[in-house]
Amino acid sequence: MSALAAMPPRSFEVTPKLDAQGEPMGELLEISMGPHHPSTHGVFRMDIVLDGEEVVKLKPVFGYLHRNHEKIAEGISYLGSMPYTDRLDYFCSMTNNWAYALTIEKLAGLTPPERAEYIRVIMAELTRLQNHTSLIGFFLQDMGALGTPMMYAFREREKILDLFEAVSGARMMCNYMRFGGVRADVNDAWIAQARQLTDGYGKFLDEFEAFLTGNEILLARTQGVGTLPAALAVNASMTGPMLRAAGVNYDLRKVDKYGIYSRFDFKVPLGEHGDLYDRYMVRVLEMRESIKILQQALRDIPAWPIMDPKSKLRGFRPKPGEVYGRVEGPKGELGFYVISDGSPNPYRYRVRPPSLINLTLLEDMCLGYKVSDAVVILGSVDIVLGEVDR
Amino acid sequence: METLEQIKARLEHALPLTKLDLVANECPAGERSLLVDTASGFAVAKFLRDDPQLKLDYCSNVTGVDWPQTTIKTKVKRKVQVEGVEKEIEETIETLRSGHLEVVYHLYSMELKHGPVVLRMRTGNRANETHVPSLTPLWRGAELQEREVFDLYGIIFDGHPDLRRLLMWDDFQGFPMRRDYVAPDDFEYEPTPHDKVLEQAKKHYPVEVKP
Repeated sequence: MSALAAMPPRSFEVTPKLDAQGEPMGELLEISMGPHHPSTHGVFRMDIVLDGEEVVKLKPVFGYLHRNHEKIAEGISYLGSMPYTDRLDYFCSMTNNWAYALTIEKLAGLTPPERAEYIRVIMAELTRLQNHTSLIGFFLQDMGALGTPMMYAFREREKILDLFEAVSGARMMCNYMRFGGVRADVNDAWIAQARQLTDGYGKFLDEFEAFLTGNEILLARTQGVGTLPAALAVNASMTGPMLRAAGVNYDLRKVDKYGIYSRFDFKVPLGEHGDLYDRYMVRVLEMRESIKILQQALRDIPAWPIMDPKSKLRGFRPKPGEVYGRVEGPKGELGFYVISDGSPNPYRYRVRPPSLINLTLLEDMCLGYKVSDAVVILGSVDIVLGEVDR
Repeated sequence: METLEQIKARLEHALPLTKLDLVANECPAGERSLLVDTASGFAVAKFLRDDPQLKLDYCSNVTGVDWPQTTIKTKVKRKVQVEGVEKEIEETIETLRSGHLEVVYHLYSMELKHGPVVLRMRTGNRANETHVPSLTPLWRGAELQEREVFDLYGIIFDGHPDLRRLLMWDDFQGFPMRRDYVAPDDFEYEPTPHDKVLEQAKKHYPVEVKP
């Protein structure tokens, strides 16, 4: 990585292109894309200025789904926020739960037992599988492959959601983890089912990749588009597959080794160019690594218990102090910053949303491309508006 | 990584005019933080980013905290002589903490894979001295997060290239994340054409007609 230079954000006026005589060739067209547009993945708006078909300015507009999650959390108990974290990134409720539980465990000094740690890893990696699978479906949908890849993806995602439902009672809003452990135990039948799914997932990925990875249209639409240099990606706090596609080796599962990730043998896939194709490929390879982790975790999972005996659900009042806890979510670094004043409610509760922060460079990536490319570039960022707007 | 004391000592050596404090953290697993005065906040942040031993190239998290004016009660035990007998009594000491807003930055290094160094800056008060220097020119990752802090807490980041509200709409009044914020009864009230017509009607008939 080269030395990082200060990179102030761009703020500029745009004018139409000039022809040979120095006269403007046309007029600029300002379009407002969203908030109700199928390709914006929710209620998200982009103010785009076009010169001809070329994007010359793009300003994202946030807040259509804002409900001030952080303020709500200051008014309710620590545990009361746990179901609400499901609603942040509603694709990955299990990793959201984990990030919050991990932070509060750090604050209150709780240690989850072995089995709970294994269950958490299994749930987090299943979440990563279903998030990346459905993201690739959406990505292809944005590219114009209407329906088919997404349906293939959703077929597999449904199997994982069945597993979530079997253990937590809910497909998406799992509310499964607790401070010091997990809420319900998994039985042998569940583990057998998970093992069957994990062993078959590689075959599904082979099938998926056979359709997509060498596909001429996908190559033409993604290679060399939306390129992000590594230094800029680091400077703009990109995390997750977006960062690793640019070639920066930074995976919190390896860096922080939270939970029991140091026990598993897996690699961190890295991209080389930082373009859309690398982001697609990094996600596919990450899924293959997740399968490896899942196979190891399902093999080694020990017996009871699943809760730290010191943890209590009622009357939970952690000592004063502040912590920042973070996990590697499927979308990037999901962090929670909590200040306790010794009362049953957090004094300050902050979510570090990877979806929002990964949008910092949206304009830089889209400039010079066409609107149809801007749609695909937005698709590659992997945003969920529940987390962007909170 | 170096301890916070070492970083502080090196900072004081390199930037002699800075006022630095270590903020304790009562939680044993949490990190202590480095409190910087707003005047030298930018220089300190630049030092932390560019220093070859630290290389904090990644600004992970930016957030605001509101500390309104309160009296802090601390209980102290004291021994006194009451009629020749030594007794232990408990006293409550009240100290006034002035209100301020705070920005917290969590800095990591992606290159050296260490961190965090927690950097804090405090505003003078909560009413009119709410300026802190923006660190967006150093880390672009702070751009949207500083906008969010401005939006929800009303901290003004000097030097931010695009300081607008992020989540609330542009005409919104007030800062919802402040501790003393009172939500209005109706968020969506706006004067309707109907109200305008009533205003005009009042001008047209200045004398109220009584039945």
